[in-house]
Amino acid sequence: MEFIDYYKILELDKKASDDDIKKAYRKLARKFHPDLNPNDPAAKLKFQQINEANQVLSDPEKRKKYDAHGKDWKHADEFERAGRQQSYQRPSGSGSQGNFSDPDFSDFFESMFGGAGGTRSGGSAKYRGQDFNAELHLDLKDVYETKKQTLTVNGKNIRLTIPAGVEDEQTIKIAGHGSPGVNGGPAGDLYITFIITNSTKFKREGSNLYTDVELDIYTAVLGGEIVIDTFDSKVKLSVKAETQNGTIVRLKGKGLPVYKKEGESGDLFVTYKIKIPTNLSDKEKELFRELSKIKDNGK
Amino acid sequence: MENNDLLPLEVLCTHYNVEVSFMTSLGEYGLIEVITVNEIRYLNKEQITDLEKLIRLHYELEINMEGIDAISHLLKRVNNLQNELNSLKNRLKLYE
Repeated sequence: MEFIDYYKILELDKKASDDDIKKAYRKLARKFHPDLNPNDPAAKLKFQQINEANQVLSDPEKRKKYDAHGKDWKHADEFERAGRQQSYQRPSGSGSQGNFSDPDFSDFFESMFGGAGGTRSGGSAKYRGQDFNAELHLDLKDVYETKKQTLTVNGKNIRLTIPAGVEDEQTIKIAGHGSPGVNGGPAGDLYITFIITNSTKFKREGSNLYTDVELDIYTAVLGGEIVIDTFDSKVKLSVKAETQNGTIVRLKGKGLPVYKKEGESGDLFVTYKIKIPTNLSDKEKELFRELSKIKDNGK
Repeated sequence: MENNDLLPLEVLCTHYNVEVSFMTSLGEYGLIEVITVNEIRYLNKEQITDLEKLIRLHYELEINMEGIDAISHLLKRVNNLQNELNSLKNRLKLYE
């Protein structure tokens, strides 16, 4: 556990007045407030430090104790035992003040002030609870249909609906499922970021899917019917005669569902890759030569 | 006609302990959409999360209405850019 210089955090010197502390807190809180820095864990951590520093320095009693023991804060407990009887108590169970949960405060703070709720005076400002961030790893196959999943966040079960078509790295907010607020302030929110891996042969862009299909030279030249895999089934495709390599065919509505648009789906784009035959028999070679001659004579 | 999605502005002001003039200003700046039905002003409940953020910006950080307006625009831009970045990253995967 390291000594935390609250003055340094608020960019103040030890002689700072109450007004200086208030101004410094406001200035830094505006810079690092989670509402102004969405999805920024570094800013959130900094905001917690600023909050903690303000909790100590803006409270005359706490500031006095902090100033008195300063870097020798480790001896504060001895001082307390000798001089006073248990002035600072840890909060017991569910406090009516709705203080910050303990993880919001450093070990240093807790060792000096006995936990988040120790000596907080009533009537202090409302604070929004901490936001939680979580990642949910899914495969592309999992986002083809809307799913329900139960997550456990900080011991609480949250039943989550994962809408079909959710994007990789898309973040959704579940309001009010973060840390409880302080002094009646609103609870924080839970942010869930979806990390979607792709184990399928399809490539994805938004709700559209892309795939390559090998086409034998005879079907490409003469036309015909082939059966290809879509994301969830198979379809029969008519191939036009004289289909060129790299031809792209669009299968409407055979892509992924469009996020939060029920009944709408993207398209599947099939690129034909024409396969040149190998290991030809003498007869086949002969016939190709024949074809070549016919082509030359036709010019 | 009763609409469960609409919350009376007066009730919200009491709940969040904010002045009606603050809500009115938010409406004038286009930061919230106030709906008037039979001369009673309402807010759609879908806007509550945004409203709570605006209240925090004003009352916790002492940011005035012009500041909140500018911040809201910038946060929207950040959000749009983040979405664009995600979309471009996903497109890039097509060529990997």
